[in-house]
Order: sequence, then structure tokens, then C-alpha cells
Amino acid sequence: MTSASPHGHGGAMRALPANHVTDELLAAYAAGTLSEAESLIVATHSALCPLCRDAIAAFEAVGANLLDEIEPEELSAGSLESVMAKLDDAADLPDNVVRHPSSKTAAAAAAEGFVLPEPLRSYVGGDLNDVVWRPVIRGLEEAELSVSGPEFNVRLIRVAAGAAMPQHSHYGSEYTLLLTGAYQDSSGRFARGDFQMADSDVDHQPTAEPGEPCVCLIVTDAPIKLTGPVGRLLNPFIRY
Amino acid sequence: MNNAVAQQDVNAEVARSLAAIAFIASDNEMTQEPVAKEPKRQDPLTPPELVALVHEIAERRCKESFQELFGFFAPRVKAYLMRLGSDMHQAEELVQEAMIMVWRKAASFDPAQAAVSTWVFTIARNKRIDAIRREKRPEIDLEDPALVPQPEALADGIVEQQQHARRLKEAISRLSAEQAKLIKMAYFADKAHGAIAEETGLPLGTVKSRLRLALGHLRKELKEESL
Ligand SMILES: [Zn+2]
Repeated sequence: MTSASPHGHGGAMRALPANHVTDELLAAYAAGTLSEAESLIVATHSALCPLCRDAIAAFEAVGANLLDEIEPEELSAGSLESVMAKLDDAADLPDNVVRHPSSKTAAAAAAEGFVLPEPLRSYVGGDLNDVVWRPVIRGLEEAELSVSGPEFNVRLIRVAAGAAMPQHSHYGSEYTLLLTGAYQDSSGRFARGDFQMADSDVDHQPTAEPGEPCVCLIVTDAPIKLTGPVGRLLNPFIRY
Repeated sequence: MNNAVAQQDVNAEVARSLAAIAFIASDNEMTQEPVAKEPKRQDPLTPPELVALVHEIAERRCKESFQELFGFFAPRVKAYLMRLGSDMHQAEELVQEAMIMVWRKAASFDPAQAAVSTWVFTIARNKRIDAIRREKRPEIDLEDPALVPQPEALADGIVEQQQHARRLKEAISRLSAEQAKLIKMAYFADKAHGAIAEETGLPLGTVKSRLRLALGHLRKELKEESL
């Protein structure tokens, strides 16, 4: 019943996220060198965050500047002619996509209330209501998403309101994007749109706030390691 | 919809005036006298000139303008693709596809959103990801109703866009040689930071922190002056 969730879509004043993607990740996304899994979480945060969209635009402009200054490579003979010959075919398919809707239209449409923004919605194949959850442990469900590239695990998790995740640290990096509800851990409070990055230095136990379930997109590049007393017992059974 | 069209017309009008002003005022960048400093290199087109060319393509399907854009960008895009590991043949193929995309999408180019070179850069980048990595590139959909829109006050106009471009160029030119090298590696080598660390002989932590510093510096430069 996501329509009852109080995280504020539909309101004209939607709060901007407080925790952002790092400049390195934003620049790598702009440069096109980020993996698909990482790109998915960066782009989805940025759909909820005009500040990070601005940063991506700035880092794309950095790429364009490098392009300006690159030593040009001579084209093959006939390259221009070959392209010119194809223009008339291409001219029949004018691409008049209007890419910049006024924010009013967007706000009005938002009242219909998608919880998941693009590009995440396409990877889920629908909105939050369409997710098929698989129980992991009491209070925790997950749904794996299919993303190319074997080195990453991409999934949605849903933590019941008020429930605590198992205490864990990480072998590699863990990126979390919070989509509904809120959670707290030793480093602070995270709400819709917030991005958190954790690595092997971080041993944390995120706890969902009471009120509504906490749904997060999680990208990991290596298994997490459960460190709490119960977690150590569960380790062999949880395929994170 | 009519509003959007009218807005585009206004944008185009502003772009034309800007192009004209910049042409007159650009004696810093382009001397009118035909003094060839680097005889091999063609004088770079200024951002407003590039906007005017794309506008000509969008409005009049002007092939001469396209040829000029092609002459400017295609050899650069080819070099970019080869730096990132494409062989001669593939780079050539992708350049051609990218430039045809420029022709087709000219009408969707919005000078209030980005400079022409940034737009072309993103087209080439996406072509490369499609072709070489055979991965999808998850894109932000600016029309998505779930997108959190820009607060109105933050939205930029064309003039701001041009100013950004100039400031960014200056900021990049002020980077230390090492910072500039790291940034180039981040864009022109499809490598994780670990590989960059190996190649530069710097510890991974150092690569990360220096890159972060350089990127933060560029961003700050843009932010401070636009407030
Ligand atoms: Zn952000």
C-alpha cells in the first residue's frame, strides 16, 4: 500500500536529499566509465536530486572540454561523403523529442504517484507495487534486479517498519539509495533520495524508523560480512 | 505545447544574438587577422558559433553547417574513441553513427541546458557504451513524473550556460599538471581507480583523494560564481 506512504510525493515542496553521490561517481557516470549497476543507482539518485543532476552536467562539460583539446585523429578517406550520403535517409526521421518539460507538468503528473523514478522503474518492470519480494529473515525481504556485469549484485530490500538490519560490515563497497521510509545508523538518518556509501571501514546496523517499511536500492560489489552474534550464524545462508 | 514552441523560438533568437555578439567580441579567442599560430590546426569554433550551426541544422536541415560541425567534431570524437580503446575501424564507424545522430537530434538540442560540445560528447559517449560494452546505460529521464524538478530559481538560461562554459575552461586550465592528468585518465581511460593507481605508481587512496580534490575544485569554481 504505497499510496498511503507519507514520503511526500505529490506535494509541491518535495525535500531534496541531504546525502549525495560522491563527485568521483558523478564524474565517472558523466564520463561513461561507470558500470551499469553503479550507473543505475547514480542515475536514480539524480532523478531525485537536481543538485547531482547539475553536477553531472558540469562533469559532462569537463569531458567536452577535454574533447576540445584532444589531438584530432584523421578520418578515413570518404568518411564525410559516406555520412553525407546517409543524411537524407536520416532526415526522414526527425527526432523532435521535447526533453525538457516544465516543472509544473512534472509536478502534476507526480501527483499520480510513482514511488520509483526512472531509470529504476524500467529495471523493476513497474512501480513499487509490482515488486515480487522474497523473504530473507524476519523483517527483511529482497528482490534481485537483473543488471549486466557479473561483478555487482543489485537488489531492492524492504525492511519492516522499526526493524533492524543484521549488523554487518563489507568486503567491498556497498551503495544504498533510500526510496521509502527512513533508517538510522551510527552515521546519521537517511530518508528518501539519500545515498550512502559504505566500505570495509564501516560496520553498521541500519534500523528502519517506525511508521512505514524502508525500501532501499542496494548495489554491492562483494559479499557483505555479517558481524553481529546472530549474523555470524546466518552468514553461510545469506547470499549477499 | 505552444508555449514550448514559443520558448524554443525565443531561445533560438537569443542564441542568434549571442552568436552575433560573441563574434564581434571574441577578439581574445580568435584574432581577425589571419595570423596562423599553429598552421596545422584549424581555429576552434566558439561555443556561440557551434550553437548557430546546430540551429541551422535543426531549422533548415543545412548541410553546409553540418559539414562544418563534422569537420570540427568528427576527428576529435574519433581520437576520443581511440583513446578509450576502439581500433581504427570501430572508431570510424562510431564517429559516423554519432555524427548522423547529431544531424537527427539537432532539434532536441537545447542551448539553455548545455554547450554544443557537451551535447556531442554525451552522444559519442553513449554510442561507445552501446557498442563496446554492450551494456545498457541507465539514463535519467527528464520527463519522468517521479523526477524531483529543479527549484525554479536554480534553472539556468543560455547566457548562464555560456558563462559556465567559459569559467569551466578557465578552471580546467588552472589545474595542476598532476590534477589535469588524473582527470584525463578518469575520462579517457576506461579504468577503475585501481588501474590508474597502478599506472601512475600512486597509492589507490592518493589517486582517489587527489581526483576528488580536482573534481571538487572544478565544481566549486562553477558554483561560487553562479550564485
Ligand atoms: Zn544528490
